[in-house]
Amino acid sequence: MISLLMRDITLAMRAGGGFGLGLAFFLLVAVLVPLGVGPDPITLAKIAPGILWVGALLACLLSLDRLFALDAEDGSLDLLATAPVPLEAVVVIKSLAHWLVTGLPLTVIAPALGLLLNLPTSGYPWLVAAFGLGTPALSVIGAFGAALTVGLKRGGLLLSLLVLPLYVPTLIFGAEVIRRGALGLDATTPLLFLAGITLGSTALLPIASAAAIRVNLR
Amino acid sequence: MDLGKYAQVVLWSYAGAIALILALIMLSLWQAAITRRALREVEDRQGKPNG
Amino acid sequence: MSIWEYANPKKFMQTSGIVLPWVSALAAICLIIGLTWGFFFTPDAVNFGATVKIIYLHVPSAMMAINAWVMMLIASLIWLIRRHHVSALAAKAAAPVGLTMTLIALLTGAIWGEPMWGTWWAWDPRLTSFLILTLFYLGYLALWQAVDNPDTAADLTSVLCIVGSVFALLSRYAVNFWNQGLHQGASLSMDAKDHVSNIYYIPLLISIAGFILLFLSLVLLRTRTEIRSRRLAALLLRERIA
Repeated sequence: MISLLMRDITLAMRAGGGFGLGLAFFLLVAVLVPLGVGPDPITLAKIAPGILWVGALLACLLSLDRLFALDAEDGSLDLLATAPVPLEAVVVIKSLAHWLVTGLPLTVIAPALGLLLNLPTSGYPWLVAAFGLGTPALSVIGAFGAALTVGLKRGGLLLSLLVLPLYVPTLIFGAEVIRRGALGLDATTPLLFLAGITLGSTALLPIASAAAIRVNLR
Repeated sequence: MDLGKYAQVVLWSYAGAIALILALIMLSLWQAAITRRALREVEDRQGKPNG
Repeated sequence: MSIWEYANPKKFMQTSGIVLPWVSALAAICLIIGLTWGFFFTPDAVNFGATVKIIYLHVPSAMMAINAWVMMLIASLIWLIRRHHVSALAAKAAAPVGLTMTLIALLTGAIWGEPMWGTWWAWDPRLTSFLILTLFYLGYLALWQAVDNPDTAADLTSVLCIVGSVFALLSRYAVNFWNQGLHQGASLSMDAKDHVSNIYYIPLLISIAGFILLFLSLVLLRTRTEIRSRRLAALLLRERIA
């Protein structure tokens, strides 16, 4: 399992793996929005939580379609499905690898982008906490969408249509944490909800994803 | 009858809703007719119902 | 999938063929009575003027939008557990009906909101939840469209429907948390004091019955179409093999 994790990470880091792509996209969103909205610091501070989260959702979405598709193309997904490791565990590992190469870097650079967007100082700890607790859910939910569309040729667009509505609760609670944090309020409640969504979807969704992969490989 | 100042609002929502429902009914009936015809054609060609 | 498993669908076709005309006739009667009564013979409400007449469309369609999803969820579960083909096809047949109901609810809501709240659209929790529900319907339908093999499509959409239900519910609560709404409370309730007064209540009940029957007859009709097209595909396949 660890070797599977390492393999996925290495593949993602190599050229064409899309490792830097998500990050660059995230950065672009944070740069383009002020250009579109105007430089008013108060407005920017107000919309910063939402922009950061929407940017994170889209950046995550970018690399999702290759999560299972590449393995399905070269046949290694069939091998993984017949391997002694349960397919559910494979899904978890692959989601974890996806999170390590997208969610984790996003969490690390999010404060810098918060700076660009003039996020108030009191928001930063909450920003990191929200991203750290929320982005794993994005990877797990995204893995479910990728599992549903793994057999399809033009799966990319469909994938975003399927996955983005599922991201709604994460988006709402995640942005709410940062918004409250930025206002200097206590953001524990939405943070707990956010963590709950992440834990719940990590526990249950891989079962559905594995079922979908089995159907698709049938 | 007098719908008062909201006449437009009421009429438009009825018109819109009824149009949507009718469109759905028409679509369903149309699809039903097409499939039924195509199925009958194939069944006749194959010569035995319920093969 | 094979034509030799036709025992159940055949029975379904027979029964639904008998039932369908009656259900649709009843649906038409209820809708005509409920809507004309609501439209022509109810007084204007004190606060809302004539716009109160919109509830005869808005409330039933909103109810059916949610009920259609619940029905799809149940049908999906039956398909996954019992492998009952008619069930999967019924879920597929219900989705466009549910989507239309969602659109009607959103449309009438928007038209009503314009004079009442002064805006076509507000990010009110219920409105937002319905918009999200629309997205779920679209995704579900798109997945049906995208997968070629009908059994694979049925399996995948069923899984999506179950996961989607959980997330739709979560979104409902998340959205509530996110914004307190403009919407009034439930217009229907068992407690006679809470719900709207009787002059509006009885035609509303008739409209709701009409919408339920309309949903039923459309689902039956569309399921019959789906079964026929599956049979057609099977026959064509056999023809090609032979």
